[in-house]
Amino acid sequence: MRVVHYINQFFAGVGGEDSAATPPSSAPEAKGPGRKLAALLGPDHQIAATVWCGDDYAVGTAGAMDEILALIQAAEPDLVVAGPAFTSGRYGLACARVVAAATAAGIPALACMHPDNPGLDEAGTAPVVASGEVARSMGPSLETLGGAAKALLGGAELTAAEGRIGRLPRRSVLDERNAATRAVDLVLARLGGDRDATEVPLPRFDQVTPAAPVDDPAAVTVAFVTEGGLVPDANPGGLESARATRWLRYPIDDLAALATGEWRSVHGGFSTVFANADPNRILPLDVARELEGEGRIGALMPEYFVTTGNGTSVANARRFGVEWAADIRRSGARAAILTAT
Amino acid sequence: MGAPRIVRTRGIPYPAGDPSLSPEAEHAWRRRLVEQGLAAVTTHVSQPTVFEVPAE
Repeated sequence: MRVVHYINQFFAGVGGEDSAATPPSSAPEAKGPGRKLAALLGPDHQIAATVWCGDDYAVGTAGAMDEILALIQAAEPDLVVAGPAFTSGRYGLACARVVAAATAAGIPALACMHPDNPGLDEAGTAPVVASGEVARSMGPSLETLGGAAKALLGGAELTAAEGRIGRLPRRSVLDERNAATRAVDLVLARLGGDRDATEVPLPRFDQVTPAAPVDDPAAVTVAFVTEGGLVPDANPGGLESARATRWLRYPIDDLAALATGEWRSVHGGFSTVFANADPNRILPLDVARELEGEGRIGALMPEYFVTTGNGTSVANARRFGVEWAADIRRSGARAAILTAT
Repeated sequence: MGAPRIVRTRGIPYPAGDPSLSPEAEHAWRRRLVEQGLAAVTTHVSQPTVFEVPAE
């Protein structure tokens, strides 16, 4: 059967970070890690095409998934596999969106990434199997991916035994032990020293490795970002007041400050009276412009990014962070100040 | 909070302000906050680090 393999620009041999804006492309053969994957898939299956794209382009460009999906469909695959993406955030997000888009188009798809990858929750109903943490674990990761791909092509459904991670489809089952019994069993397990037993796994918080400092703010463009829900007064993008599922961008390039009455915070987690009386209390554009005029900041990014940080899920917040980082990198800005309410 | 570089501010509803001050004093406070933010992004850190705005 025909398999299409999605990888990023790095594994396609195009280049590293300097090539992250590369638009999608394809070739009718296995490339990079796909060569070992092809061997693992065996003689019954072939990698009919490799599709690749720069990570910044894939995650930060509107319509990128449509372009990638068109290249995938042109190769008429029976299965799409994406990755392994390891813990790389933008690559993982791209792989997850590729398999989600393929699945929505009726093509079976499978991604491979580390369980901590922020892309994991974006795969929708498409299965994801675990990779190692870094590219050094390429060999065993490809074996997991290859085994799972063969199982899927054989009509099997993936389970944890094949390395499946992430959101599993919910099924109703009848448990012989009622909820009270199971709850007491969990308490006893906890008292016995088991800190992990649960029926409701909670999202995990991870450690972020700090970015290297910039040498001189006077020489770079600085981005301003806020989770304070500050939007144009009519809230044209319909930003949520709580449990935000998205973020928005608004231009500020011709403004010296944020004028009272033209902006408001839709944040539902605090009194917005002070924010609405002076929106610069949420996004300090007035002083940032002064500092830009004095040469203390090289330039301000022409748009600011905004979401509402109020009961926002960890998965969405991580995705916003990855998307912001990709977008800010692409814009050329090299530092960001995020005001948090 | 996990953010690598944190500048401590004065209240959740006004991260870049302080409504208890006069407009001029609040503007000066906001400027010092952003200046401290710029100092933070030029500083190497290896873990979440809080930067205090120095007293005037």
